[in-house]
Amino acid sequence: MPTIQDIEIPDSAARNAAVIEELPDFQDERMVLNMGPSHPATHGVLRIVLELDGEVITKADPDVGYLHRGDEKIAENMTYTQFIPYTDRLDYLAPLANNVAYALAVEKLLGIHDKLPPRCQYIRVMVAELARISAHLLGLGAFAMDTGAVTVFLLLFTEREKIYNLAEAISGARFTTSYTRIGGVMRDTPPNWCDQVRQFCKEFIPALNEVETLLTRNRIWVDRLRDLGHISKEMAIDYGLSGPNLRGSGIEYDLRKNQPYLCYKDLEFDIPIGTVGDCYDRYMVRMEEMRQSVRILYQCLEKIPGGWKNETHEPVNVDDGKIILPPKEKVMTKMEELIHQFMLVTEGMNCPPGEIYFGHENPKGELGFYICSKGGGVPYRLKIRSPSFINLSILGELLPGAMISDVPVILGSIDFVMGEADR
Amino acid sequence: MNSLEQAGKLKEKFGDLISKPTEFRGDVSVNISDAEKISDVCEFAKKILGFDYLADISSLDNYGDEPRWTVVYHLRNLKKGNEIRLKTDVSEEKSKLPSVIGIWKTANWHEREIYDMMGIHFRGHPDLRRILMWEGYPYFPLRKDFPLAGKDSEMPGVAFSKPSPMEGGPFVTVAGGNSAQAREPRIRIPETDSIETMSHLERRKDIQETHGHPKGPGPIEKK
Repeated sequence: MPTIQDIEIPDSAARNAAVIEELPDFQDERMVLNMGPSHPATHGVLRIVLELDGEVITKADPDVGYLHRGDEKIAENMTYTQFIPYTDRLDYLAPLANNVAYALAVEKLLGIHDKLPPRCQYIRVMVAELARISAHLLGLGAFAMDTGAVTVFLLLFTEREKIYNLAEAISGARFTTSYTRIGGVMRDTPPNWCDQVRQFCKEFIPALNEVETLLTRNRIWVDRLRDLGHISKEMAIDYGLSGPNLRGSGIEYDLRKNQPYLCYKDLEFDIPIGTVGDCYDRYMVRMEEMRQSVRILYQCLEKIPGGWKNETHEPVNVDDGKIILPPKEKVMTKMEELIHQFMLVTEGMNCPPGEIYFGHENPKGELGFYICSKGGGVPYRLKIRSPSFINLSILGELLPGAMISDVPVILGSIDFVMGEADR
Repeated sequence: MNSLEQAGKLKEKFGDLISKPTEFRGDVSVNISDAEKISDVCEFAKKILGFDYLADISSLDNYGDEPRWTVVYHLRNLKKGNEIRLKTDVSEEKSKLPSVIGIWKTANWHEREIYDMMGIHFRGHPDLRRILMWEGYPYFPLRKDFPLAGKDSEMPGVAFSKPSPMEGGPFVTVAGGNSAQAREPRIRIPETDSIETMSHLERRKDIQETHGHPKGPGPIEKK
């Protein structure tokens, strides 16, 4: 055992090396390390089987499925509306965005996706962008905490709390919102909701600036993120990455721009892209996306039909009794509304036979729903294309060559949610 | 060039292998009659037509129909933004088709998931293991003949599964049922798909045991 004096004398390293040479040869010894399924840096129940040569990873095999609940099987056994609460539990950091994605998919099947009232479209865009900010905040906070910057996590959670309050005001629930309905939304915005959103936007940008001063030019942060987890353009496309991970590699593809849905084509925003595709680029893309989301929110507040308090009584649901539940007071007094209510609750809306695929730009990437309908109120098959699942598949190629202490950084930069990956 | 024209080009190249393109809600889809050719078609779509991005692979169980499986590919051209859906049928005896992992690496996990959930094999896949369920689980849960409540399975020391009690829900709805009762969301027994509750079934079992006849000797007495 070397003493302190041994270490302090200049040639101690050479002496230690000589000692190691006399030991049996460990050069090709590989160690298998199980990271997860319960590890703070894996953000949920992801297990990675790492094969190590010293501290360098030689092979990585991500193992998912610990949170599998069979959402696709469950969806085949209930009406389209009944499945909405299950979508809250996919990407549970952005339930509002999942609700919007699912509602749009079923509306595409029904053929009413371009007939949505303008106010409904604006409300949906607003909640989806709030969800994007909320998801990126948590992703970034956890990312920074795993890299060693705990302050960022706490700072960002103050802002997330405000988004939870906004979600509670509009839907009644902070976490499991179930806010959208097929053909509309659960209810119009409460009278002072738009004021609160504006207030949030005003306070959010300074908070984000503060976080940027902590991270963006921080020497430790930059050193740990730069030139790590490099994903080239070709690799990103080959592995089917989507969202900030795809754009971080320099591919300008955003479903909000390239296949515009809702009112995104009337709104002005930029698509941030990275240049080299390392962890730092993905971090910067997420930072800029939050700023662009605030930009979208400001435009929505300005343009929302009916204004902040909806004094002109703009509708928020499609005008179709066979899709949207009638108002309760009419159910009790009118025959037709009573029948509609009864049919919608017992059988669900009557969807035409056919199949559609709809991809929505969720915070984590493209959340797609492939629905195969044979008619009636229940999907025959509902496949969820979850961005986290696909984004994780690249780990097997991304991790080898990196050090063990880089794993939390790479995982944080990929930003996944296991609730969505395992469905 | 829109998706329909692209589908026309596919048909030009492969002839009878490709069905007439259909369009529904703006989604263009074509059927490929021979599943063995799927990798050739995909390669042509990627290299010549520019569908460089595989968005999704999904599978359908046409239970009670022949061929039983349908595998569905969603391809996208990132530059032009247009999409095409390729579908191909696979029979139950065969349950096998070529993998497209050589064309897109993202197919790796998609195909593992389909194998895990439906039990369709992919020839040429380097690592066809279960992905969401654990290694050694004996069933394929997304098949239509697998009950919603689940089945008994046991792997000592690894994992086990038991059917969930369905009393009180989930309230299952059946698409396009003949009677209003069949269409309504009710508690159902997965094996028989009847609308009886579990307590009915248990009671009938008791009667069968005591009287040797499912209906019993007369009016059912309360215990």
